[in-house]
Formats: sequence, structure tokens, C-alpha cells
Amino acid sequence: MELNTYQQEVFNYQRPNIEKFGKKNMIWSVFFLILIMIGLYALYLQIAKGHGVTGMRDNVVWGLFIVNFIFFIGLSYAGAIIGGVLHLLKVPWGKPIVRLAQMMTLISVIVGPIFILLCVGRFDRLHHLFIYPRIQSPMTWDVMAVLTFFAGSVLFLYLALIKDFAVYRDAKMNIPAWRQKLYKILAIGYRGAASQKRHLIISQNLLAIIMVPLSIIVASILSWIFGMTLRPGWHSTIFGPYFVLGALYSGCGVLIVSMWVYRKMYKLEHYFTDKHFSYLGYGMMVLGAGYGYFTFSEYFTGWFGSAKWDNEVINKLFSFHEYGGWTLFANLAGIVIPVLIVAIPATRKPLWITLSAFVMVIALWVKRYLIIVPTLETPALPMQDTRMEFVKYSATWPEWALTIAGIASFLLFFTLISKFVTVVPVSGLEEVNFLHEPHHHHHPEATQKDETKPA
Amino acid sequence: MKEQENIQDNGRRGFIKNVAIATVATAACGSLACSCNSKQAVVAEKIKLLSPDGEIVEIDSAYLNHHDNMAVLSQHEQRVGLPGKKFVMVVDLARCKNLRKCITACQKHHYRPTDKEWLSVKLMKDSEKSAPYWFPKQCFHCDNPPCVKVCPVDATFKRQDGLVLIDNDRCIGCKFCMAACPYSTRVFNWDEPEMPLDVMNLSYNAETGVPAKVGTVEKCDFCPDRAREGLLPPCVESCPNGVFYFGDENEDTVTNGEETLSFTQLIKDRAGYRFLEELGTKPRVYYLPPKERQFPVERGYEDLPEDIKARFKDIMEADKK
Repeated sequence: MELNTYQQEVFNYQRPNIEKFGKKNMIWSVFFLILIMIGLYALYLQIAKGHGVTGMRDNVVWGLFIVNFIFFIGLSYAGAIIGGVLHLLKVPWGKPIVRLAQMMTLISVIVGPIFILLCVGRFDRLHHLFIYPRIQSPMTWDVMAVLTFFAGSVLFLYLALIKDFAVYRDAKMNIPAWRQKLYKILAIGYRGAASQKRHLIISQNLLAIIMVPLSIIVASILSWIFGMTLRPGWHSTIFGPYFVLGALYSGCGVLIVSMWVYRKMYKLEHYFTDKHFSYLGYGMMVLGAGYGYFTFSEYFTGWFGSAKWDNEVINKLFSFHEYGGWTLFANLAGIVIPVLIVAIPATRKPLWITLSAFVMVIALWVKRYLIIVPTLETPALPMQDTRMEFVKYSATWPEWALTIAGIASFLLFFTLISKFVTVVPVSGLEEVNFLHEPHHHHHPEATQKDETKPA
Repeated sequence: MKEQENIQDNGRRGFIKNVAIATVATAACGSLACSCNSKQAVVAEKIKLLSPDGEIVEIDSAYLNHHDNMAVLSQHEQRVGLPGKKFVMVVDLARCKNLRKCITACQKHHYRPTDKEWLSVKLMKDSEKSAPYWFPKQCFHCDNPPCVKVCPVDATFKRQDGLVLIDNDRCIGCKFCMAACPYSTRVFNWDEPEMPLDVMNLSYNAETGVPAKVGTVEKCDFCPDRAREGLLPPCVESCPNGVFYFGDENEDTVTNGEETLSFTQLIKDRAGYRFLEELGTKPRVYYLPPKERQFPVERGYEDLPEDIKARFKDIMEADKK
């Protein structure tokens, strides 16, 4: 793989990050591993003793696990949409962050589905989904959707990585032989020949064209697990687009936070510039406003129509004796604050944007909880049950342990991947100089010439 | 403890009785299996049986293979249902005084613990000024069942005889059906179920819901095993006030064990309705409005054990004011 001087520089700058693991990262990773082990112990309890160890009961049949599923899988769909759109529109400033979006896609499509499996009472019968599939069940749609999406996103990320694998293969890095070998296999003989280049770009374009609508479809299908039931708060025509927007919005937030963390960790200020924060911040602001609009439509129509069953849920969401505090938090921190932070020029700074994105991501997790639990706590018939755990859902420690283990594995994957591939793609980063020279626009060919100058 | 053993023992004896009945019934139905190389070829007594061709044959009882009643039905028969039937239930709300005999009878018949109510009695109060009434509720066996629609593995299914049953050998425990059912009918085996050992060892029968399995969903099944024997479900039989009428829509007959009525006439005369008709689920259970009630609502409240009384406290107290 031949690199121009600029690409060489990008690679040399990041080379130590993938050559050495580093003490700090070791401590991090061990810490995450301990959290994951605790989660695995909770999982063992759940399998050995039954779902009775969770807070789920006959009314609230799904709890934290499905909230986590929606949350993580949403990030995954968002990553694919953001990565796909940036690729297709050939946005120059998007180049350095495309890989971040794709990493988020891959990691969360691994972590997310684990949580839907945790909702299933019989692990030993999962193969029934394939030997007795029933096509009219939204659950079957979702199984197909997630599997298709999984295959697509793995391929999408891999194609984008081939050039870089070739770079790592040829770099003679100070790494163990097995990694050298792995890079060699993964690079599948890519040498940068004209025909190879052409095939690669066509495949990537095709896959990007597939992944964007696919993400929209699969996010909608996820929403239909709820939307297709007759329950208030779920049975809504806007649920498909609502979930798509929620996924994109929270994904944008995680992207901003991960950009900030990597920037600090690997000193990538040169690639993840303040402009990136502003641009993604604009995206976050628009998505946040859209999400706020959907939320408003959902609550307002329910409240105004005031059908009895609908109203029971709305009243729970807005009563401070029930979920009012959380509703306030979800909408303030999840919509109002991030929109304002980006809208006001004085706060449109990387740190502020990142902080608001971080809080927004948490608020959107809470929002998913508010979509799931209050509705399940509101059946059509009065519960008239004296067993409090059947009336009101309260997550138990195994559920929290598994939730934390999920977050830990998400972060661990992020750490590990950033030690295996460079966070900023080395190949295809010709246009990055646009960031520093926004006043003159070049064709890619022209840029390549430019980059013979030191950046 | 001794009492409990007694109950279990009775259950077992009852069960053995069922086995005997079912075996004869099977033999009479023609699924008789004759094994001639049986080791127990001791000449005992001759039994007269009806062959599938309509002839009466005499066979040494030692040559008969004995099946227990749980193994009688094939998977296919369990999923198709009783030929020519269309089961329906009518619940007379004017007669219920929350005696809860139906609940205990159901739990006993299905070997379920006391906190697992496939059939429950709610205290309903439709609006601020309307009077509360007792509302027994089992599975509605809907003709447009939301639970069946969402099951990803066809573990819950709709039969030709109108029943919605569960195959808990197939159920993966995703609980989607529970989220989809608007009537909170379904219950989940959150922990390892406790049942007599001989019951636990049976192979599963969707018509009895026995044995229960951890991590799977279960619910009221309208006891088609009883219907096959020409008997009424235990809830119907055990109610001293004749609240439940069970029958066949095709025959247009329902009975509560004491009186047998025309289903259409009963619904017409007493303004029968289906609960939450507007949801479009088309339940197979009809309710007769609590008009000219036989008991004041308090009669179902005062003698209840404290823990069950607590369920209805709010409504009873609101009603007193």
C-alpha cells in the first residue's frame, strides 16, 4: 500500500496507539472485565433460578433488559445511518469520524441483542425461532431485521477497513506475529491496484445505499414490537419514525462523546477538530428539536383526546407521585438543554456540547424506560394484586449488574478496537485539509497534490 | 403438612381415575393397541371392545397397552381441537358473590399454587356513580387473538374448536403474548414450578396445561380434556351459584350444570355483551350484566381472608362514601 506523505503522517501519528496497549488501558480493561464478570454471575443466577431473580412479573413482563436493547440497538442503527450518509454525500469533514460511527454500529449491534436474549425465559429453545418461525409476529420480523443488519454492518465496517488493514500489514509494526498475520488475512491481498480500488468503492457505495434505508426499516420494526400491540403509549402510528429519530439522536450524542474521549485519550485534536463538534452539534440540535416535536405530538394528542386508558398512562407520566420527575428530566436534559447549548454561540464549545450530549444520552435511556414500564404497569383491567412486586416494577440487582456489564462491554469493545485499528482512518483521509482551509474547495485529485506539502 | 399430603394423595388418586377413564375412552375410540408378544400374557379377564370397523371384539385384558391420558392426544390433535365444536362461555354477573370456589377448583385441577390465578375475580366499578360488581375473568379465547398474532414460534395457537392454547414445550418465554393480551390473562413461570413428582414427569398436554415449566407462559385453557370426557370445566362445576355457563356455539347450547339454555336466547334476553368489544379481539366469553343481583356486593367482601380483602379495599371504601 502506497501512502502519500499526508497519510503517512496520519499513520505515524497514530501508530503508537495500536502498537502498545498502555498501562492506563490495561487498568480500564481489567476494571471493565470485573464488571462483566459480575454481570455473568447475575446471568448464571437468572438461568439457574429462573426469571424470578429479576424484577419482571406478570404485568411488567419486560424491564431494564428491553430498555437496554432499544438503547444499544438504536445506537447501532444511528451509526449505520450517519456512517452511510457521510460516505454517500462524500462530506469532506466526515472522513475522520466515519470510522467512529461504524465502530459504534458494530459494538452496539453485538451488545444490544444480548439484552433481548435476556428477556427470553428459555435460552435452550432459541433455535425454535428458526425451526418454527411464524412470519406474522413482529418478533420474527425483528429477528430477521437484526440478523440482516448485523451482517450488513459487519460487512460495511470491514470494507471500510480493508485499505487500512493493508497499511498496517505493510508497516512493519512492532507487534506480535499473530497480529501481523491477522492484518495480512484481513487485508485480503489489497495492494491499491486500480481494479481493486474500483471494486472496493463500488461495494462500499452499494452497501451504504443498502444500510441507510435498512437502518430505518429495522428501527421501525423494533418500534412495532410495541406499536403493534393495543396498549396505550405504544399503539401509535408515529412509533416507527419516533424510534428512528430517537435512535439517530442518541447515536449522535454517543458519537460526540466518543469523539471527545478519543480526542483526549489519543490527542487527536488535529483530526477531531472543534468544527466537528459544532457540525455534529448542529445535527444533534436538529434531531433534538425533531424528537421534541414527536414527543409533544405523542403526549398532546393522547392528553387532548383523553380516552380513559390513554389518560391513565399520561397521568402516570406527568404526576410527580409517579414518573413526573423522570419525565421532566428526560425532556429537559434530553431535549431542551442540548438544543439550547448548541443554539447559543457562547456554549457551542466542544466541552459544553459533549457534556450536554452525555446527559442527553442518559436522558434518552430514561425516556426508553418511560416508554416501556409505565405502559406495562397500566393494564386495561384493574390489577387488584397485593403483591407489590407484581403491581410496580422495580429492577433487581441482577438486572442492574447485567445492565452495567452491558455498558462495560460496550466501553471495553471501544478500547479494544482502538488498539487494533487506528481511530482515524489512515487511507482515504486526503481531504482532511479542508478543515483548515475552508475557503478553497478542491477536487480530490487536486487535494492529493496539495498534500505533498507538509500539513 | 399431613393435610397437604392428603390433598396431594387425593389429587393423585383422582388422576389415576382419569387415566383409567381415558384408557377405556381411547380403546373405545379405536386407537386400541394390541400387543401379542406382551410379557405379561397372564390370562386375566376378557374385555369386550368396539373395533374401528364397528364390530365387538373380545380381548384378553393382558394384551391391552395402557396409555395414561396425557399421552392420548397427538400433537396434531392438540392443535386442531375437538371436531365440530365451538366452545363458548357465558358469565352471569348477577350471580357472582366472589366465593372464589372457581379459583380453587381451577388451581386444584391444574396442580397450580394458590398465587397462580388463571381465573380471577375482579371488583369492577365502571364509573364514579355506578355500583361495583364482581367480575370473574378467565381467558377469553378470542377469535382475533392478539397473543396468537405476536407469538414468534407458534407456541400459542387458535384451534378449530375456538380455543387458544399453549404448547409449553415450544414456548421460548419471550412474553410478547403477555404484553399483547389486553386482558392480563397470561401468567409466567418465573421460578421452577412445584408440582407432585408424577405430574411433573408427564409429557406436556396443551389441553391440561400440565405439567408447568419454568420460563414459559401459561393460562386458562377452558379444560378441553374435561369436554372430551363429557364433563364441564371445574370452574363451572364448582360454582354453587351457577355463574358460569359453558357450551358449544354450534349446538347453540350452554349449561351451568343445573340448567341448559339456548346460547343465543340467553344472550338476547339478558343483553349479553363482550368485555372491551371495541378492541376488536372478538372474545368467546360473554357477560350478562349484573341486573337484579342475587347478592349485595359486600357479601363477597366481608368473609374474605385479609390478604385477598386488601385487593378490593380501595373500591369498597370509595363505594361506601
